[in-house]
Amino acid sequence: MGRYVINRLAAAIPTLLLLTLTAFLLNSAARGDPATNALRAGGQEPTPEAITAYREQLGLDDPLPVRYATWLGNALQGDFGRSFIDQREVSEILGERIGPTLRLGLAAFIFTTILGVGAGLLFGLFANTWIDYGGRVGSLLLASIPSFWLALLLITYVSEKWQLLPVAGYGGLKFMILPVLALSLGPAASLMRFTRSGMIEVWRQDYVRTARSKGLRQTFLVMRHALPNALLPITTLLGLRFGQLLAGAIVIESIFAWPGMGSALISAISGRDLPVIGAYVLIAGVLFIVVNLVTDLGYAFLDPRVRLDATGGRGA
Amino acid sequence: MSSLSNVAGAFPATRPRPAIHERPDMRPLRWLGKQKLSLLIPSALLLSIVVASILASVLAPYNPNALDMQQMLASPSPEHPLGTDQLGRDVLSRILYGGRTTIVMSLIGTVATVTLGLVVGLTSGYIGGRFDLIVSTLLTVLLSVPSLLLTLAILGILGAGTEGLLIALIGAGWVGHARIFRSSVLSLRETVYVEAAESIGASRGRILWRHIFPNLMTSVVVLATLDLGALILTITSLSFLGLGVQPPNADWGTMLNEARTYFGQYPLLAVAPGVCISLVALLCNLVGDAIRDVVDVGH
Repeated sequence: MGRYVINRLAAAIPTLLLLTLTAFLLNSAARGDPATNALRAGGQEPTPEAITAYREQLGLDDPLPVRYATWLGNALQGDFGRSFIDQREVSEILGERIGPTLRLGLAAFIFTTILGVGAGLLFGLFANTWIDYGGRVGSLLLASIPSFWLALLLITYVSEKWQLLPVAGYGGLKFMILPVLALSLGPAASLMRFTRSGMIEVWRQDYVRTARSKGLRQTFLVMRHALPNALLPITTLLGLRFGQLLAGAIVIESIFAWPGMGSALISAISGRDLPVIGAYVLIAGVLFIVVNLVTDLGYAFLDPRVRLDATGGRGA
Repeated sequence: MSSLSNVAGAFPATRPRPAIHERPDMRPLRWLGKQKLSLLIPSALLLSIVVASILASVLAPYNPNALDMQQMLASPSPEHPLGTDQLGRDVLSRILYGGRTTIVMSLIGTVATVTLGLVVGLTSGYIGGRFDLIVSTLLTVLLSVPSLLLTLAILGILGAGTEGLLIALIGAGWVGHARIFRSSVLSLRETVYVEAAESIGASRGRILWRHIFPNLMTSVVVLATLDLGALILTITSLSFLGLGVQPPNADWGTMLNEARTYFGQYPLLAVAPGVCISLVALLCNLVGDAIRDVVDVGH
C-alpha cells in the first residue's frame, strides 16, 4: 500500500507542474504592458521613468524561468498578482468565492451520488423490467438536456410562475435547491448508467450464483454480495464526477448569480482578466487532482487488486 | 479481443474465411446495413436535422436578423410558424440559421479533435519507445484536469468569440481521443495479422494504413457521434454565457440568452432552441450507443 501511495503521489507531480506553468503563462501573457496598466490605474499617464522603475520592481525584465520561479514562490504563499480590471488582489477575489463554490459543489456531489447510485442500483436489480426501461429512457433524456436550459426552465416555472423558490442569489437551503438540481441531474444520469451496468455484471458473477444456489435470502444476497462489489469501481468514478460538477458549476453559478469562483471565471474571460483565469485554473486543477488522489487511494484501500497491479507486483 | 484473434489464428480454416483481397473494414459497414431500427431511425433523424441546418439559407422563410418592430413577440401564425422574438425576428429562421452555426461548429470541432487524436494516438502507439513515453505522459497530464477547464484556459488567452471557442475546444478535446486510440493501437499491434504483415516485410506506413487504421474505424465513428453531442452541449452553454457566438448572429445558445426575460410569457422562445439542443444531443447519444451495441454483439 505504501508503495502505491508513493507512486500515485509521484504521478501527480508533472500535472501540478503543467498547471502552474499554464497559470503562469496566462498571468504573463498580458495585453499591453502590465506596469503601464498598473500605473495608469492611478488615474494619469505615467512617466517613462516611473514605468522603468515599476518594471524593475515587478521583475518584468528578468528572463522567463526566473519570473516563473518568483511567480511560483508567490503563488505558493497565496499571491497570484492583481486583477487587470480593478487591480484587486486575485487571491482576495477568488478567496472570498471558494467557500460558496465548495458549498454548492459539495451539495451537488452528495445529491448526485445518492440519486445516481441509488437509482442505478434499482435499475440494475430490476433489469429488463418496466422500472429499468423507464429509468434508462429518463437517464438518457437527462444526459442530453443542457444544464443551463434546465436551469432556465426551473427559474421560469418554479421561481417566476409558481413563486416557490427564489430566482437567484446566495443564501440558505431555499437558494440552493434549484442550482443543485440543475447541476446534478446530468452527472447523476451518467452515474446511473454506470451503476446499473456494474450491478448487472456483478449479478452474473459465479459467486453470486453460488450464493443464490445456497438458497440465501434475496436481501442478504444484495446487501452482502452484490452491493459491495458493484459499488467498488464506482468510487473512482465519483472523483471524476466531482470534476464534472466543478466544470458544470461555472455555467450554473453564472445563471443563478451564485457568488462562486465559476461566475468570477466567466466575467474574467469576458474581460480578459488573465491573472484571475490563471489562478482559477490552478486552484480548480489542484482541487480536482486532490479529490481524484483521495478517491484512487480509497479505491486501492478497499480493493487490494488495484494496488498490487499498480506496483507491478503479483497483480497480473 | 486479442485472445480471440489468437485462437482464430491457431485453428485456421475451420470455416470458410473471406477471400484475401477483401478488406477487413468492410465488415462493420456490411452489418450496419443489416441493423435494426434503433440505429436507423435516430441516424436518419440526425442526418435530416444536420442537412436542414446546412440548407438554412434555402429553407428559412426570412432573414434571421431582419427586425420587424410591428411584429414583436408574435404568437405562431401561418407567416411565422414559431412566432417572432423580442425584436420581431422570425424564430423559425433563427432556429435554422442558429442550427447551422451550432452544428457546423460542432462538426468542425468533431472532425478536428478526432483526426488530431487519431494521428497522435496512431503514431505514438505504433512507434512506441521514448516518443510514446513522452506523448503518453503528456496525455496523462492533460487528462488529469477536466477538459472544460483546459478549454476555458485557452479561451481566456484567445478571447471570447466563435473562432476562439472553436480553437479552444479542439485544443482541449483531442487529448481524450488520442489516449483511446493509442491503447487500441497497442492491442492491435500484438495481433496475428499485424505480426504476419511485419514478417513479410510490410512497411510501417502500410501496416498502419492497411491493417491498424481500418480496425479503428468503428471506434472512430462511435467517438465522433458521441463527441458531436457533447460539443453541441458545450458550445451552446458557452455561447449562452456570451463566450462563443456573438449577437446578432444566431446560435441556439445565444437565442436562449437573448430571450431570457420573456420566457415566462412566451415559453416558445425558451422551448424551441432548448428542444433543438436536447434533441440533437439525444440523437447523437442514441446513434453512438446503437453503433456500440452492434459492435459489441459482433464480438
